[in-house]
Parts: sequence; structure tokens; C-alpha cells
Amino acid sequence: MKILVPIKQVPDTATQVRVAADARAIESAGITWIISPYDEFAVEEALRIKEKRGQGEVVAVSLGPDRVKEALRSCLAMGADRAIHVNDPAFADADTLTTARALAAVIKQEAPQLAIFGRQAIDDDMGALPAQVAELLGWPSLYWIMEEAIAADGASIRAGRQVEGGLEVFEASLPCVLAAQKGLNEPRYPTLKGIMGAKKKEIKDLKAADLGIAPEPPQLSVARLESLPPRPPGRVIGGDVHEAVRELVRALREEAKAI
Amino acid sequence: MEKFRGVDYYGVDALLTEDERMVRDAIRDWVEAEYLPIVTEHHRAGTFPVDVIPKLGELGVFGATLKGYGCAGLNHVAYGLIMQELERGDSGLRSTASVQSGLVMYPIYAYGSDAQKDRWLPALASGAKVGCFGLTEPDHGSDPGTMKARAVRRGDSWVLNGTKLWITNGSIADVAVVWAKDAEDHEIYGYLVPRGTPGFSTLDIPGKFSMRASITSELSFQDCRIPVENRLPGVKGLKGPLGCLSQARYGIAWGAVGAAMACYDWALQYAQQRIQFAKPIAAFQLVQQKLVWMVTEITKAQLLCLQLGRLKDEGKARPQQISMAKMNNAQMALESARMARDILGAAGIVDEHPVIRHMLNLETVNTYEGTHDIHTLIIGRDITGLDAFGI
Ligand SMILES: Cc1cc2nc3c(=O)[nH]c(=O)nc-3n(C[C@H](O)[C@H](O)[C@H](O)COP(=O)(O)OP(=O)(O)OC[C@H]3O[C@@H](n4cnc5c(N)ncnc54)[C@H](O)[C@@H]3O)c2cc1C
Repeated sequence: MKILVPIKQVPDTATQVRVAADARAIESAGITWIISPYDEFAVEEALRIKEKRGQGEVVAVSLGPDRVKEALRSCLAMGADRAIHVNDPAFADADTLTTARALAAVIKQEAPQLAIFGRQAIDDDMGALPAQVAELLGWPSLYWIMEEAIAADGASIRAGRQVEGGLEVFEASLPCVLAAQKGLNEPRYPTLKGIMGAKKKEIKDLKAADLGIAPEPPQLSVARLESLPPRPPGRVIGGDVHEAVRELVRALREEAKAI
Repeated sequence: MEKFRGVDYYGVDALLTEDERMVRDAIRDWVEAEYLPIVTEHHRAGTFPVDVIPKLGELGVFGATLKGYGCAGLNHVAYGLIMQELERGDSGLRSTASVQSGLVMYPIYAYGSDAQKDRWLPALASGAKVGCFGLTEPDHGSDPGTMKARAVRRGDSWVLNGTKLWITNGSIADVAVVWAKDAEDHEIYGYLVPRGTPGFSTLDIPGKFSMRASITSELSFQDCRIPVENRLPGVKGLKGPLGCLSQARYGIAWGAVGAAMACYDWALQYAQQRIQFAKPIAAFQLVQQKLVWMVTEITKAQLLCLQLGRLKDEGKARPQQISMAKMNNAQMALESARMARDILGAAGIVDEHPVIRHMLNLETVNTYEGTHDIHTLIIGRDITGLDAFGI
């Protein structure tokens, strides 16, 4: 079974994000880049499906600038068989729909039975891609997946997601799109042998033209990024305990309107 | 405190290859997620988390520079970076990896027979089996050439007698690489002694204030009989154990940088947050001087390691050069840890912060595998041509 895993490279969770001078992007200097954590669940699940079925191919895909190669290399180190890098300056301003069109074009070329995404990237938290790609392909899409089982004949899948108080289990025919939720699995660490082996695996560079598409102007663009205003300082209520409690209750009710 | 993101004041990262950085980051992430959450409890209890051994094996840490036998086949710089990251966790964790790789797998790989290699290397690489290295004796530390342990040939066996002290992982080892003198030719040879061999017993050393999250044992051999084929055929004389020590000392040089980075990173963040006299203590010149000393020494030590690693990869590193890195880096790490401890004030003496644990560990790191002063004498002899060991 061939499985395609689109991944996004995002700033490390520990990054202290600063808005860039043009207020349209974040300051990228000094950022450590990682694979978006939900995408790691997707890579792990793809590898597990391949291992369980005893055969198959896992292909990692990413759209982005040169630095994205490092994230793809990490996927290869985890065990993905090869990678595709959609690396074209024409996509520099891509919105989710433009990105979805590019990924859908890759998927059409590769013709996998399954495309596993993370449920959202942790940088802009859009969460739109899996649905947009599925829509463009006319495939079913199953979101926030916590567990999955593919039928032995590879024709269908059952996948569950957590809903308030229980599990909702879907059935769909393959090919389809999955969007992985935390809890689906525990991603493996790349082994040192895996890292060494990753060097020998292929990362194919693709331009828009190779995909037979011309990126359209984005329909969505960032108008402005703003930092949150600094939090106002807290207030310590001192003095006699009874007085202080009364003042606290009053402040919570009248000023904060919390109770 | 914020997540550790490495110390790189001089853009040393750019001197590493992408693979080397990936190896470093993989081990860093593993230590952060799997080891740091449990180290304090083991340090308090004076125990080693033995279940990390197969996990390190799965990652490919053991014998990572060796070719074949399930080993990763990394270069020495990548191996050094692994040691750095493990010791950022704890010197005891790095010790386990150093001993298994440099002191157990290396001699079997370099001096062993094919049968010995096939029997032990795959299991040691995967972490299914653990090894220890017995050189030091109660009365012979810096001067192992005068060791008392003896091996006598009796038919198809070697019979071992003697005591080895301060042996990392002694009591949990499935196999001990024991150095003893052949009673006949008086030469030192290495012997592989499996756990459970009659006449071989171990005892853990109690009361340690350093390397608490690591096992240190005494090995005792009383008419311990092993098959003749358990002697390492490929080396005789002190150069056998010294060849192993060159591997392990190289790892220590890198490891010490990791411990120093942990202390520096913690002390820096603490100093920026701790307010006294209405200012962060990092604003005081005396505190800055300590932090600057630390980051400068760490930077120098990094560069020392990196060039040593490149020399090692070209097969050009001399033992005396390894001595310099071990001597310098263990010392600077110990000093850094002491300064970091000082910067933390009273907070520096509790194990809520990792600094005191590193500081205590580094006393061992400064001592084992040749004390700071012994390495000074090694380099002194090398540059002057005159021996100051007092023989
Ligand atoms: C936690 C721990 C783990 C260890 N693990 C192992 C292990 O796995 N395997 C193993 O074989 N050993 C191990 N060791 C032992 C270690 O290698 C020795 O402790 C070390 O070599 C020093 O020997 P010693 O303790 O006998 O000190 P000594 O040799 O007695 O030295 C005492 C002091 O005298 C100084 N000194 C000695 N000779 C001279 C000289 N000629 N000139 C000037 N000064 C001198 C030394 O520098 C030192 O300051 C371990 C030790 C520790 C603490």
C-alpha cells in the first residue's frame, strides 16, 4: 500500500514568536524548525500501516523553501522510503487552497491509496488542508483520527475520533484522506542508523510546472499580525483575611465579572 | 526554565554536517523526553534506570562508530555529539554509553576473535546485554601497569584471581572485560568473563556522593575459571586497556561539554530571572563574569572536541591530544558547575535544579579514566620528552 504523508515545517514550540517589521509574517531569524507535531503522528501511522501489512511505500511530501529539506530528511530518518519537495518560489505566498492544489497534483501523480495529514499545523492552526485536498480529489476525508484499521483487502478503512463522551467510528472506501489527532500513536525517535540511511534516500524536487499547475494569486492573504497586548499586572489583596475575602469576592463580581 | 536549545556562541553548528546535527538533535530530544523526567528520582535513590539500556540500543547509541554487527557506523564527531547530549542529561547516563561502546565493544571489536565478536557485539549493540570494564584495582588506580590480578592457564581454562574496584555497571553486566596479568609471561591480557561464572562475584559501592544515578561496583575473582577461548587474542600489554581508554576519554571530553552546557544554560536563565537589590542578578558584573567565563570555556572546549573528532576521523588523533581534551574539558566543566551552583545561591544545593547533580558527578569525571593531573603528566612527557611520573 502506498501512503503519502504531507508534512509542514514549523517553528519549534519553544520559539518566542516576534512579529516581523512588515507585520505580515513572523521574524524568522534564529528560529529552530521542526516537523509539525501532528504531522509526526501522521508519519508514524503511515510507517505502522506499512509495517503491519508487511509491504508498501511511505512518501513524505512538503511544500516550502530550501530549509524544508531538513524536515523531509527527518521523515526519511524515521523510516519513510522517499520524499518529494515542492520547492518553487512561485508558491512563496501560497494560501491553503493554493497549497492544497499543489498537494492534490502531487497525489494525482503518485496515486497513493491513503494520504495522512496532521489535523493542523501548529504555526497558523488553519487545519484546512486535509479537507481541501480531499475535496479537490473527490476523496472522503476523516478528521481528528485517534485509531484506524484498514481492511485486509485494502479496499476500505474504519477510523475513529474522540467526540464528547465517546468514540465516533467512520467507515470509508480507499483512497481517502486522514487527519491525525494526538493520541493516534507515539511517534518513534529516528534511530542513528535511520539518520545515516536517510542520506541515501531520494528527495525529489518538483516545480509548479512539473505538476502541470500554475499557482494562482492567493485568495487569502495575511493583512496584519499583531502581538497580544501585555497582560495587565495582577493585584494582591492584603490585610485582614475576612476583609480580604470580601474584597476579593466584590472584585471578582463587579470588576472582573467572573462570578 | 525554558527548554534547552544548545550553547553555540561561535557558530560551531555550521561546522557540523546535516547528519551530525540530526544525530545530535535526535539524542537531545530523547534525553529531554525520556531521561530528564526520571533522573532526579534515580539520583536520590542511588539507582540507575536500567530500562534505558535497551532504549539506547534501539536508537543505535552503543558502538555507534563500529561497522557491522548492527552498529550505526557513524563518524567520531557524531559519536562525540551523542556523548555531549547524553551527559547534558547526566554523567552516569553517558558513562553507561561510554563503557559499553568504548571499553567493552571496542576491545572485543579491535582485539577479539570472530567467535567473540559474533557472540557479544550484536547483543551489546542492541542493549540486550550490558558490559563492564575492569582495570582499576583497590591498590592500583593511576598506575594500572602494576596490577595484581592474575590469570593462570589450567588445561582448557584460564583461572582468574584478583579484585577490581570502581567498576561502572559491574553488578548489572552480562559480561566483564577484565584485565589481568598472565602468570607465565607477566603480560596484561583482556579476558571475557560472563556473569554467573563460578568464582566471579560483585558488590555495589555504597555511600557515593557522585555518580549516584550510575552503578559502581567491586568485582571479585576467586579461582574463577573461564574457557581458554575467552581471552582476547589480539593484544597484549598495557596498550590493550590504554587503547580502550583512548576511545572512552574521547567520549568524556565531549560529554563534559554537555554537562557544562546544562549548568551554564540553567545558571543563565536563573540569573536573568532572580531579582536581588531590585535587579536581575545577571545585571551584576560579578555574576556576568562567571557566566562569561563559562560560555567562553564551553566554546573553547567545543572547538577542541570538534578538531579532535575530525583528526580521529582521519585516523590522526594521538592519545596525548585526547588527554588534552579530557583534561581540559573535565576541569572546565567542573569549574562551570561550581560557578553555576554559586549563581543559584541556596537553590543551587537542591536537586530541583540539575546543577548540584552535575557538579557532584563532574568530580568523578575529573578523576576517572586518568585524573586531570595524570593527563597533565602525559602531555608534559609528550612535549618535554621527560617523564614526571616518578618512576
Ligand atoms: C564513579 C567511578 C566510576 C569508575 N568506573 C571505572 C570503570 O568502569 N573501570 C575501571 O577500571 N575504573 C573505573 N574507575 C576508576 C578510575 O579510573 C580511577 O579512580 C582513576 O584512574 C584514579 O585512580 P585512583 O582512584 O586509584 O586514584 P590514585 O591513583 O590513588 O590517585 C590519587 C591522587 O593521586 C594523584 N596521583 C597519582 N599518581 C600521581 C603521579 N605520578 N603524580 C602526581 N599525582 C599523582 C592523582 O592525580 C590523584 O589526585 C571509576 C571511578 C569512579 C569514581
